Amino acid sequence: MTIPNNGVYLDNNATTRVDPEVLAEMLPLFTEHFGNPSSMHAFGAAVGGKIEWARKQVQALLGAAHDSEIIFTSGGTESDNTAILSIIEAYPKKREIVTSVVEHPAVLALCDYLEKKRDYKIHRIPVDNKGNLDIDAYRAALSDQVAIVSIMWANNETGTIFPIEELAQMAKAVGAVFHTDAVQAVGKIPMKLADSAVDMLSLSGHKLHAPKGIGALYVKRGLRFRPMLRGGHQERSRRAGTENAPAIVGLGAAAHLALTHMGEENTRVKAQRDRLEQAILAAVPACFVTGNPDNRLPNTCNIAFEYIEGEAILLLLNEQGIAASSGSACTSGSLEPSHVMRAMGVPYTAAHGATRFSLSRDTTDAEIDHVIAVVPGIIAKLRTLSPYWEQGAAKPKEFAPVYS
Amino acid sequence: MWNYTDKVKEHFFNPKNSGVLETANAVGEVGSITCGDALRLMLKVDPDTQVIQDAKFQTFGCGSAIASSSALTEMIIGKTVDEALTLTNRDIAEYLGGLPPEKMHCSVMGAEALRAAIANYKGEEWVDDHEEGELICKCFGIDAAMIERAVTVNGLTSLEEVTHYTKAGGSCQTCHEKIEEVLEAVMAKTGVLKPAAKHTPGTVGLDAIKPLPAKPEPAAAPKLTNVQRMQAIMGAIEEMRPQIQRDGGDVELVDIDGKDIYVRLTGACSGCSQSAGTMMGVQMKLVEKLGEFVRVKPASLMPAHAG
Repeated sequence: MTIPNNGVYLDNNATTRVDPEVLAEMLPLFTEHFGNPSSMHAFGAAVGGKIEWARKQVQALLGAAHDSEIIFTSGGTESDNTAILSIIEAYPKKREIVTSVVEHPAVLALCDYLEKKRDYKIHRIPVDNKGNLDIDAYRAALSDQVAIVSIMWANNETGTIFPIEELAQMAKAVGAVFHTDAVQAVGKIPMKLADSAVDMLSLSGHKLHAPKGIGALYVKRGLRFRPMLRGGHQERSRRAGTENAPAIVGLGAAAHLALTHMGEENTRVKAQRDRLEQAILAAVPACFVTGNPDNRLPNTCNIAFEYIEGEAILLLLNEQGIAASSGSACTSGSLEPSHVMRAMGVPYTAAHGATRFSLSRDTTDAEIDHVIAVVPGIIAKLRTLSPYWEQGAAKPKEFAPVYS
Repeated sequence: MWNYTDKVKEHFFNPKNSGVLETANAVGEVGSITCGDALRLMLKVDPDTQVIQDAKFQTFGCGSAIASSSALTEMIIGKTVDEALTLTNRDIAEYLGGLPPEKMHCSVMGAEALRAAIANYKGEEWVDDHEEGELICKCFGIDAAMIERAVTVNGLTSLEEVTHYTKAGGSCQTCHEKIEEVLEAVMAKTGVLKPAAKHTPGTVGLDAIKPLPAKPEPAAAPKLTNVQRMQAIMGAIEEMRPQIQRDGGDVELVDIDGKDIYVRLTGACSGCSQSAGTMMGVQMKLVEKLGEFVRVKPASLMPAHAG
């Protein structure tokens, strides 16, 4: 089989292609509509109108009650940092934060820092072997000392979805602010924040076919808020700095498209994902799906191939024009495999071989066929090299090296 | 994506000598599954000549781990056991045209598997004594374990000292926060770091506003004669050469023009992306030795008439 043109891009949880319609909306902002929206003249006013249009699109995608609840930021990381830092500044007497062990580093690294340098008590709620949050541990961690709970809507590695509404209501019951990093969920899961207990929500443009460097933070009306960036009056003084107008308009266009395509993500894309997953599981011995297959994003499939290492898998996939991603240590430059795989108790021999295929509405059936055709051969080739694998018997064998 | 050399790619996509060697009489198994690497090296050694006649490997690991294993087998076949033992992990990395700093541990694993296999052949017990931690300094490939060791063994207390002893943080200087964290952690453990005196919040302790004890005037550095100064410079550079040579490079003094000292970096240093860092190191050493500020410059910057 030949490689489909331009390769097969199945790494959409890392980033997505900018939709051509999004790009078309953005281009005039670089040329004729280059004004500063803060300016009095017509050049500025034209841009200001486009930004407010974009804000309404994001509001619609989130089902927010007011467009002023949307603050444009530089992306998911800034939104997460702003949410947590804002709330601990607004509630200085509350010295505890609740989060989960499987969060994105944008939350985890900040919490580590607050724990180490500012003496915050951090509750990191564990997950079970399918990546489901330990609700009892969560309940036990909640108290009136908790300033903010920050728990992701859907996990970036496995796609596993957390029961955000339930978690938010539990947090509200003890008077804690509830923030969710919904970077992976927005555009794939229908939302109506107007009727929700969620106080704050982070989203990132480039995960939903908008450009990189743009995101948003939803802040429920009436919530105490302290800006992270101080300066001009942009974003109603909640995020100073001249607006990234082209990217904001791009995010608006992408939000509009995401709402249109949400049904497709949950039907056609989901069917492609399921077909890919079932074909691989049927053709390759000693592999399994990580996370919770019954409650996850429609586009994500994470398969742990045992006894081989993820970077080697990715390099061979890349030779076949296929882009995927891995929870292996080597792809990140750290020595530990993914904290998400470890948190679920996936053994090291499998965690290093965890490979994530994340689809999008751009994915075609021919691309899925190509991946199904080449994956079994790649896995078999690497297993012939593996000291943990008995090739003739097609099963694992005894191997106990001197560990360092 | 890693910036792998063509040689690494060649050995990864088409590994040499992979598989099981049924006739092996020396087997070395090393690795660290937590790091995502494990290697079984199998050798067939001729008992009469001690020559490694054949070698095969099986590796659980990333692209560079597989390439390092493949390269290792190619490098040792035909060598005697004793010749093979002189191979270092740097030799493996060099054979592959270099490895990214994050991946140097793959070559270490190869060198260790070789030692383990040869110990197995000789009937000796082999104990792995290397440890590794989070990579801190990407420029020089220094990890946390190495910094911790240097700090503990030498009783280091400052970032500058860590850079002097390990080179970590001496080039692009972006890892200084991480180095200071390691330093603080070790010092907290060994008790060198005294907790700050407690004060009522919002006040400053009296000890903090006490006048500083008068510093003794530094004894005026004896003025060196030109000959003494030149000898001091030559001596300092001579002292630094072994360290630079260990990395496959060398340094020579070319000329002294007042505060400007011209040197030439050769061997692995020439064209090395870290050569600016090495120059800085030489300069720091000279400033320290001479007790005066000097600038170290590459010989290529010498004014034309001085050449």
